[in-house]
Parts: sequence; structure tokens; C-alpha cells
Amino acid sequence: MSEYADTLVADLLRPLVKTSWRFWTLVVLLLGVVSLGVGSFAYQVNTGIGVWGLNSPVFWAFDITNFVFWIGISHAGTLISAILRLVNAEWRRPVTRCAEVITVFALMIGAMFPIVHLGRPWLFFWLMPYPTERQIWPNFRSPLVWDFFAITTYLTGSSLFLYLPTIPDFALVRDKATGFRRRLYSILALGWSGTTKQWHRLESAMQIMAIAIVPVAVSVHTIVSFDFSMAPVPGWHSTIFGPYFVAGAIFSGIAALIIAMASIRKFLHLEKYLHPVHFENLGKLLLLMSLLWGYFVFAERLTTWYGNAGSEMTVFWQTQRLSFAPLYWTMVVANFIVPVTILSFKRTRTIAGCVVASFGVVLGMWLERFLIIVPALGHKYLAYSWGSYRPRTPEILLLVATFGAMVLLYVLFSKVVPIISIWEMKIGEHPKLAHEQRTRDEAQAMWRTQP
Amino acid sequence: MVVDLDTCTGCEACVVACHAENNIPTAGPDEAARGRAMHWLRVERYWEGEFPDARLKFRPVLCQQCDAAPCESVCPTYASHHTDEGLNAQVYNRCIGTRYCANACPYNVRFFNFFNPQWDKPLHLQFNPDVSIREVGVMEKCTFCVQRIKAVEQTADAEQREMKDGELKPACAQSCPATAIVFGDLNDPESRVARLFESGRGEKLLEDVGAQPKIVYLKRQAEV
Repeated sequence: MSEYADTLVADLLRPLVKTSWRFWTLVVLLLGVVSLGVGSFAYQVNTGIGVWGLNSPVFWAFDITNFVFWIGISHAGTLISAILRLVNAEWRRPVTRCAEVITVFALMIGAMFPIVHLGRPWLFFWLMPYPTERQIWPNFRSPLVWDFFAITTYLTGSSLFLYLPTIPDFALVRDKATGFRRRLYSILALGWSGTTKQWHRLESAMQIMAIAIVPVAVSVHTIVSFDFSMAPVPGWHSTIFGPYFVAGAIFSGIAALIIAMASIRKFLHLEKYLHPVHFENLGKLLLLMSLLWGYFVFAERLTTWYGNAGSEMTVFWQTQRLSFAPLYWTMVVANFIVPVTILSFKRTRTIAGCVVASFGVVLGMWLERFLIIVPALGHKYLAYSWGSYRPRTPEILLLVATFGAMVLLYVLFSKVVPIISIWEMKIGEHPKLAHEQRTRDEAQAMWRTQP
Repeated sequence: MVVDLDTCTGCEACVVACHAENNIPTAGPDEAARGRAMHWLRVERYWEGEFPDARLKFRPVLCQQCDAAPCESVCPTYASHHTDEGLNAQVYNRCIGTRYCANACPYNVRFFNFFNPQWDKPLHLQFNPDVSIREVGVMEKCTFCVQRIKAVEQTADAEQREMKDGELKPACAQSCPATAIVFGDLNDPESRVARLFESGRGEKLLEDVGAQPKIVYLKRQAEV
């Protein structure tokens, strides 16, 4: 094996081998944050959902905002990684796994909320079609049932999409490990031995998954948007919601990916593999999505305003000028003005610049979902029954805990799985193998560990 | 059902009767201030003009028992569904509390049990045995007093006759001192509700939303 490959393996496996006290402190801290959320949920189940700030008529608020937000974040991965794979962008190699992991974890967190927010969460399985002596199936006309199918499909697909390209890395770790770890990674590696046949199959499987996951990802967020656009609620009932939500999802997903990559780079000391050029490229993508998001908001707002329908305009002015205006304009600044300003110029499109813009986008996209849900529900047709909303501690804790859970899962994952795909880095040209230009077959031969 | 806005005085006897008939819990002042008050039937109050030329309008609003009810199609478990008789029914036992129906309802007439129900004393001694108590986490709303409908149907069946017009009164209609609320069969051209509907004053609430509500409001004409 070449010297380059040796240092590559050593560097990328270091987080699996070395564990400092900082890691454990962080894990304990994050467990604390997550347990706050678990406690809050237990309290809510025990007492009733009235411990939240929900009321009549604002029956959804933080719960569904979190749901849409995290499902949105999950579009980071799979979609971006699949597209980059399909167009064979070489710079993708150190990025794809970071992104695919976000997808799986964000989806797990997001998918909890349709259950957590139920009045009777212990009966959530009534959303699933299953044989029952009462012979009742779920109502297939309900967008919530579409959600169930869309999310389970996406979760299955993205888990496979994450798992497939990890198999050769599991095999590498297996060959280097001893004892319990060796047994664990043997199971995960599924008997991988690096034969040409196995490589061939892996590549076909990856190709199929990359193509299949794109329409699935697009349909998932479209269906999430249908939760709103299918209901005759002013401000919700809009045909633009499908593409608008998908664009927003990819937008927030890229932002989450940039934040995750910057953290990995810094805390796992992977500066050698995650270069400023990766942030530069993702920064450009983020800029593009920011402009697209701005376009969608403009189109949606303008048509509402020009159409001037009474009930629509009530909700419109609530967000533009009245009680929700401070949040609305914060969203515009965070989602559009800040990212566009920072990312338009090469001088500010640095790693730090991209991270600042990304934090803005994460905040802005959460607010966007909140502003779609709450002002509309609070100002439906009959003025007598209007209402407002103020969050209370249990739901705030739940929101904080979702972020804690995301970071915790990410930290634990990067402790057991190389967060940058080792074999893809070996095969790839990035960073270039300075004096050893290899053909793909040679690179694969270099990798092969067992006959 | 027909509601005559001309004769309604906004006395809210119907609201009280509805609470008593249907075992609707009392939320209490704190929860009511949070917007958790439950009134299957409410009398909406709208002011017109500036003082001293102000004019007060009342409109009792309850479940409109829509024929194309938005709440029914969005419910994932069929807890909210249409009965063969055309009633918009809520099956409490089947409800898992997504609250989607309440969001989809253009009239905001669906209510959620944010907590287990409770009643101010001595209301806890006067439950209606014909109506089930709803537990925490389920949605509820006006049933058109389905327990009364069933009782009258069974009597008519036993006596082998059709139901008579005016024989059946939901609690709100029964208690209205101004007889502003009239209940009957709109399909029977001879019934009182059908004749009131045809009087030329009949209109439906938020008809352009397209939910095809069943309740007919008689437009207000009096100048007082």
C-alpha cells in the first residue's frame, strides 16, 4: 500500500481508535439535553397535550414545525449526495457520507413528531394499515396517511443508501479490529472481501439507489407540504407549496451539511480532507438555493397580495405587518439577506462565512415553517374565533432536545463509523494522488484485503 | 337546521343547554383564557359601526354538518366520518388526536380535550347517561344531539311510523326562548325548516369555501 493510503486510513480511522475525555463529556452533556426532551414528553403523555401552548384554533405549532423542519433537514443528505454521485462530481468524495448520515438521523427525529404530537400517542399504529379484527384500515384520503408511507419509504431508502457505501469501510475496520469489535464489524461488513464481483454489485446497487432516492426525496417533502395545501385554510391552500417546500428542504439541508462538515473538520482534525473548496462549492449551492427560496417567497406573496382575497389577506397582513411581522422579517434576513450577502463574494465565501450563513438558514427555515402554520391557523375565516399562540416550557424543551439528539447521534456515529468514506477517497482523485496516477482497477486492487 | 338571526337575542341559553345535554366539560377561567374553552355551540358577537351608533349582531355557530366536510377527508383513522344519514360523526374511541380535522374545519367548531375532562361542582352530578364522556387527547364537536335522533327514530320504528316534523329537537332548539333554532328534515318540502329555507332569507355560512354546510341562517332584516 502506498504511503498516501496509509496516512489516509490512519487519519480517517483515528476517531474510532482514540477517545478523549472531551468525547465523553460531550456525550454526557448531550444525553442530558436529550433526557430533558424525553422527560418533557413523559410529562405531556401523563398530563395531556394541554401542557403545550396549543389552543383552539391553533392546534398545531412547535410540534408540526419541528416535524417539517427536520424532514427538511433530512434532504441534505440523500438528495445532495445522490445528485453529486450521479453527475460524478469528484469533490463529493469526502462529503457524501456526512450528508447521508444527516438524512437518516434527521428523518428519525422528524418522523417522531407525528407520533409525539398525537393526543393519544400510544395509538399511533392506527396510522398504519395492518390486519385487525375490526377490519378498519387507515383513511387513504388523509395526507397524514400519505406521510406515513412517504416517510417510511424515505427512511428505508436513505438507510440503504447510507449503508451500501459503508460496507467496504466496515470490512476495513473488521480486518484491523480484534475481539468484540471484530465480531461486530464482521456482521456489519456482510462478508465483504473485495472481489471484483462484489465491487461490481456494490456499484450497480449504488447506482440504482442514487437514481431511486431522488424522486423519493422530492415526493416526501411534496407530501409533507400537502399536509397544509390540501386543507381549505387561508395561507395554506396553495399550489406552489410542493416545489416551495422541496426547495426549502434542500436549502436547509445544505446549511445543516455545511455546519456538520465544519464541526467534523475542526473537532476530528480532518483539515487535510475537507478543504475550503468543499465549503466553497457547497456555499455556491447554498447561494443558489437562497435565491431560489427568495423567488418562491416572492411569487407566493405577490400572487396572494394581488389576488386580494379577504381571508387570505388577513393572514398575509398578520405576517407582513402585524403580530408575526418581527418573526417574518427575521426570517427574510436570515434566509435571504445574510446568506446572499455573505455567499455572493468570494472573499467572504470562506469556511467561517459559509457556517455563519448556514446558521442563519437553519434559523430562518425553522421560522418559515412556524410562520406557515401558526398565523394561518390563528386567523381562519370567522374573526370571532381567531386566536394566537405562545409556546410553553415543555415544547421548548422538546425543540432543544431535537438538536441535542441530532448532535448526539452524529457524535456517536462518527465514533463507530469512519465519517469520511475511506474507500471512496482511495479510489478518487481528490485529494490527488500526487505522483501516482492510478487507474480505477489498480486502485481497487490496492484496496483488496482478502483473496 | 335553520337559525333565524332576526329572532336570536344572543341569550346563550342554547350554549348552556348544549353543555348540559352533551356532558361538555368546563375548562375553567385559566384554561379558557388560554383558548381552551369548549362550546360545541357558541354565539358569535359582532359589532357594527362606532359608538353610539353601534349595532350588535349575533350568530350562533355550531358544527355545520357539511356534506363535503374537510374534516372527514383529512382524518387518518376515520374517527371523523359521514354517516349514512348524512351526519358528520365523530367516533371518540377511534380518534388518536392528530387535530388535523380541527385545522381543516373552516368554522372552528371542533374542540380538543387538552386534559382529562372536569366539571365545576355541582355539574358533576348531572351527567346525561346517553352521552359518553370523552377522555384526554380526543376531538369532539356538535353531534346534532345524535342520542335524541336515535331515541326518536327508535320510538317511530316501534310504532311503525315515520318521524314527524317537529318531533325531534336538539337541546339548543328546545331551549331557545325565541325559537330562533328550528330543526327538521330539509328533504321534506312540507317541513318547517324547508319552508323557512325557501323563504328567501336563507343563506349558508362561508358557502364559498365549498364545504356544503347543512345549517341555514335566515338573514337579519330587523333594524333594531
